Amino acid sequence: MTIPPLTPVLTDNWDAERSWTLASYEERGGYDALDTAFAMTPDEVIAAVKDSGLRGRGGAGFPTGMKWGFIPQDNPNPKYLVVNADESEPGTCKDIPLMMASPHTLVEGVILAAYAIRANHAFIYVRGEVLHVVRRLQRAVQEAYLAGHLGANIHGSGYQLDLVVHAGAGAYICGEETALLDSLEGRRGQPRLRPPFPAVAGLYASPTVINNVESIASVPAIIRNGADWFSSLGTEKSKGFVIYSLSGHVTRPGQYEAPLGITLRELIDLAGGVREGHRLKFWTPGGSSTPLLTDEHLDMPLDYEAVGAAGSMLGTRALQIFDETVSVVRCVLRWTEFYKHESCGKCTPCREGTWWLVQTLTRIDEGKGEPGDIEKLLDLCDNILGRSFCALGDGATSPITSAIKYFRSEFEDGMTTPSRELFPHERSTAYAGQLAGKGVGA
Amino acid sequence: MTTTPERTATDLVTVTIDGVSVDVPKDTLVIRAAEQVGVQIPRFCDHPLLAPVGACRQCLVDVPDAGNGRALPKPQASCTLPVADGMVVNTQLTSGVADKAQQGVMELLLINHPLDCPVCDKGGECPLQNQAMSNGRGDSRFEGVKRTFPKPIHLSPQVLLDRERCIVCQRCTRFAEEVAGDPFISLVERGARQQIGIAEDAPFLSYFAGNTIQICPVGALTSEAYRFRSRPFDLVSSPGVAEHDACGAAIRVDHRRGKVMRRLSGDDPEVNEEWISDKDRFAFRYLTATDRLPYPQVRGDDGVLHPASWPEAFAVAARGLATARAAGGVGVLTGGRLTFEDAYAYSVFARVALGTNDVDFRARPHSDEETGFLGAHVAASGPVAGRRGVTYGDLEGARTVVLVGLEPEDEAGTIFLRLRKASRKGTTVLSVAPYLTRGADKVRALLVPTAPGEEGAVLRGLADRAEELAGSALGDQDVVLVGERLATSPGALTAAAELAAATGARLAWVPRRAGDRGAVEAGCLPTLLPGGRPVADASARVDAAAAWGVGSLPETPGRDAAAIAAAAAAGELAGLVVGGVDPDDTTDPATTRAALAAASFVVSLELRASEVTEHADVVLPIAPVTDKAGSFVTWEGRVRPFDAVFTVPGSLPDLRVLAGIAEELGTPLGFRTVDEARDQIEALGTWDGERPAAPVPAPAAPPAAHPASGGVVLALSTWRQLLDGGSLQDGDDALTQTRRPAVARLGQTAYDALGAPAEVTLHGDRGTLTLPVEVVRTMVDGVVWVPARSVGRGLLADLAGPGARLRVTAGGAL
Repeated sequence: MTIPPLTPVLTDNWDAERSWTLASYEERGGYDALDTAFAMTPDEVIAAVKDSGLRGRGGAGFPTGMKWGFIPQDNPNPKYLVVNADESEPGTCKDIPLMMASPHTLVEGVILAAYAIRANHAFIYVRGEVLHVVRRLQRAVQEAYLAGHLGANIHGSGYQLDLVVHAGAGAYICGEETALLDSLEGRRGQPRLRPPFPAVAGLYASPTVINNVESIASVPAIIRNGADWFSSLGTEKSKGFVIYSLSGHVTRPGQYEAPLGITLRELIDLAGGVREGHRLKFWTPGGSSTPLLTDEHLDMPLDYEAVGAAGSMLGTRALQIFDETVSVVRCVLRWTEFYKHESCGKCTPCREGTWWLVQTLTRIDEGKGEPGDIEKLLDLCDNILGRSFCALGDGATSPITSAIKYFRSEFEDGMTTPSRELFPHERSTAYAGQLAGKGVGA
Repeated sequence: MTTTPERTATDLVTVTIDGVSVDVPKDTLVIRAAEQVGVQIPRFCDHPLLAPVGACRQCLVDVPDAGNGRALPKPQASCTLPVADGMVVNTQLTSGVADKAQQGVMELLLINHPLDCPVCDKGGECPLQNQAMSNGRGDSRFEGVKRTFPKPIHLSPQVLLDRERCIVCQRCTRFAEEVAGDPFISLVERGARQQIGIAEDAPFLSYFAGNTIQICPVGALTSEAYRFRSRPFDLVSSPGVAEHDACGAAIRVDHRRGKVMRRLSGDDPEVNEEWISDKDRFAFRYLTATDRLPYPQVRGDDGVLHPASWPEAFAVAARGLATARAAGGVGVLTGGRLTFEDAYAYSVFARVALGTNDVDFRARPHSDEETGFLGAHVAASGPVAGRRGVTYGDLEGARTVVLVGLEPEDEAGTIFLRLRKASRKGTTVLSVAPYLTRGADKVRALLVPTAPGEEGAVLRGLADRAEELAGSALGDQDVVLVGERLATSPGALTAAAELAAATGARLAWVPRRAGDRGAVEAGCLPTLLPGGRPVADASARVDAAAAWGVGSLPETPGRDAAAIAAAAAAGELAGLVVGGVDPDDTTDPATTRAALAAASFVVSLELRASEVTEHADVVLPIAPVTDKAGSFVTWEGRVRPFDAVFTVPGSLPDLRVLAGIAEELGTPLGFRTVDEARDQIEALGTWDGERPAAPVPAPAAPPAAHPASGGVVLALSTWRQLLDGGSLQDGDDALTQTRRPAVARLGQTAYDALGAPAEVTLHGDRGTLTLPVEVVRTMVDGVVWVPARSVGRGLLADLAGPGARLRVTAGGAL
């Protein structure tokens, strides 16, 4: 097994001294892409991003350049760019490290994207809980203003952009783009009815582009190195590089940047393998709302198409690795509790369905499941999936249906035996080895 | 002009629903298109008068072809999906997917619902209950723990919320925000704990709050007035017309064993759509007040009222009136709450039985100018006269609506809601008023700042300023609405008529009471006979005399209400016939009281014991609206007939009582029943001769300020708030608590001049009044606003006459 070369682009400067400062970023050519872009027309910038094949990194994988092209330039209202930095999905940890390590990459991307769609106001909506990131972004924006990268007449181009860092108030639903817009406008964050789509009537009923942090942060490299360079990376339909976040039972969890199409086996090798003495049991390709996969999918290329073909979604490439000590029932229950807690309440299937799912799963987790519970869970998921207002409800069903698909017997065990007896919690912990020596767990 | 243009083929699209092809206008929602082919898709959040939200997901349907040959991948909410040409929709009737989706949503809706239908007010008329039966499973598979909340909470003194019953469909919050413009209720919390809530210090004090109870598809919202009072299946429903204002809102009266239990909004797209004010909904307890007059009474020689039989009461009344007629004459004051038919009876009674034109319905400040205006521009116009009038639809279609002397939210709730709807679609509202009220702000009105008394001058300049103010010059698509209190502003009604004539804008007079417009048509005015016939016109008198079978009618125009009271007080009139007038409503309450005391013979037709019955020689109890048939004529001139809700043999309408007296007098009216009166009205028809010209008013001298010293002198602006001290609102404490508090509204200048007081004392020619202060940024300098009837006996009795200038001092009265 040869370990494939990593392609650090977004993460390239993360190991630099005080990488988050403007000085460090500019030392490596930061903000140079602005001059390249300002020499192009906005439409040429959009074309370059289209040609690169960049697809949205927030989970859905919609082509970014095409999204920018949807903005009706004949609309008299102002145009807005909103960066979705409300990273809250269990397992997903790419945007927050990126904004911590190199906030200027994002700021530069924002300027390029805003220039392309002809917006003079941009917003970064950051998850409210990560105060350290909010501060770092605010400082980066301040530095960029002082250095003339933001504000009036940027780099002498005549282009003006104001960038606001806005902290959310701690709701997962505000990662849904229209709920994010409502929240940004000061309203209660709940998804909006579409149409109208944000491209036509988004923030303050004006044309709005909403992009994920990683999508926007990828733009400077595309402008700097060209669309061809970008599209030479990755697979045929999934171009470029992405950050894979490995967490859970691997030796070295963390962010690994690689071209799309790398396999989990390769990534686990890069991360030093599954926890010593254990083997892979199941994993999520893109956070908890993507159907989980098992060790039979180790050699599947991690791009949009292949993961989709395997019945899951590439999502946010949040690879949560679970070894054989983990109860899939308990794990799914925790995820479902999260969705119940985060359901906004707008629509019936998600609001009521998650309430019910948690109760049934808790029963199975406690070994008090009843005959028919598994069928009931599947039917319930069928009544939620595709019936709810937004994708939150759909996401809540994915771990359950996929877990039953691959590990039905564990749910059946829940009719008689609590998961804590079959899978003692301690064995999954980082200190399990120490406990084993003392005769606890094993 | 405003009729719907013929639909062209391009406006229609063809969709197939459950195999049935139907043409519907484009942009129709699938759920409505399905109704066209007789398919009822279950729904909760959907309401045809509210914007789609797609929250409950109950109306899911399968769309195998979206009109482009491709299927939509998952079931679609039919309440948010517009039709497309060629679209194929399969509902629960033909699609297993749709049926399962609906059953699944229904099961989920019920897991946290208490299923307490046996003790729930909505049980029996509940969309959740009904649709759970029609589109749900027989039994729930949920075995877990339901979410619970402490029961119930008050959203306002009148509206209660049982949160565990709520399915958070957002109908109530959408109504409050979209229709009423009072977004005091909102979603709070999230997930299964999401609920409707209010801010801590801001209860749901909307004049239209009761509508949320009616549109709630579960039993979550209830009223203090009806909660636990009755079951729907014990009630009998009768259609009715609201008696509290001149809007003619359709209502549904739900009653049980001869007692009204509740009132709901009717559904009349041309008038009130599906909304009524809380006054229309909750103010009906006066019907069962303990002081209702049970039987006729006649004052004995001992000076005390004694029960009498109807024949005896008729005979005594006839005898007394005959004497009074001979001794100087009898005046007739009818008040504004009569049905059209009853008002007609008073009009005929005055002319035929009493031989006088001293009859006036205006139990409020009025003027000669107004009398002329009503004859020239109001009487015999609109549908009641077989002519086209200004309608609610015209308000909705207008480019500009000018409001003068009219505060629709307080004085005409249905107009307010329609104007709000219109303004959200682009109609510009101009409010000629001393300040921008919250109600005017809700219809996005632009203020034309006008001190009371200046309305005439402002209107005279409005034709030139309209384009600058409203964006377009006034024309025949536009409407000018004038309120009844314009009678107290000299020259204003004349100027309004001139403005309409000069610009082509259409003019409508909006009175406050349900019977006012009908009384104009019935001829309860000193200068008008029924059908808009001028008293002064000989051929008009011949018309009426022929219909009534009498040789001639009194020729000289009579006294108006104020003059009748003054004449009676001075002993010039010997008798009074009073039908439902509260002295405190009249121009000069003291004079009215003096008139009642001085008149040698007073006949009172009343519902409840009152100050008038205290003075009356004969007291004749009359039927309330629930006990009689009749009609109200709306401000549009639209006739709104209604039938009796109850059959109460001893409860006689005014017209039957007057007919009885008239027969004793030997001058029968020619009718005894409502139907006979209607026949006579129809036979008489409306006047098609020359309309009387409105007299040009003499310029009025500016009123003198109150002589007290200190403070500042301010012009009084006032009108009655929707909920105030009115006697028809008696008996519902919860409704009383939703009144807006009485305050004195000042502009910044006067407030500063008085040293920023917390309360002020107002000194008028009839008394003083101390009220808390509210500063209003938009208030015209030199004006103070006070509600007309919210404290004590009202301003006319306790503070000052119409058009007064008050001296205002800081702090409480010494």
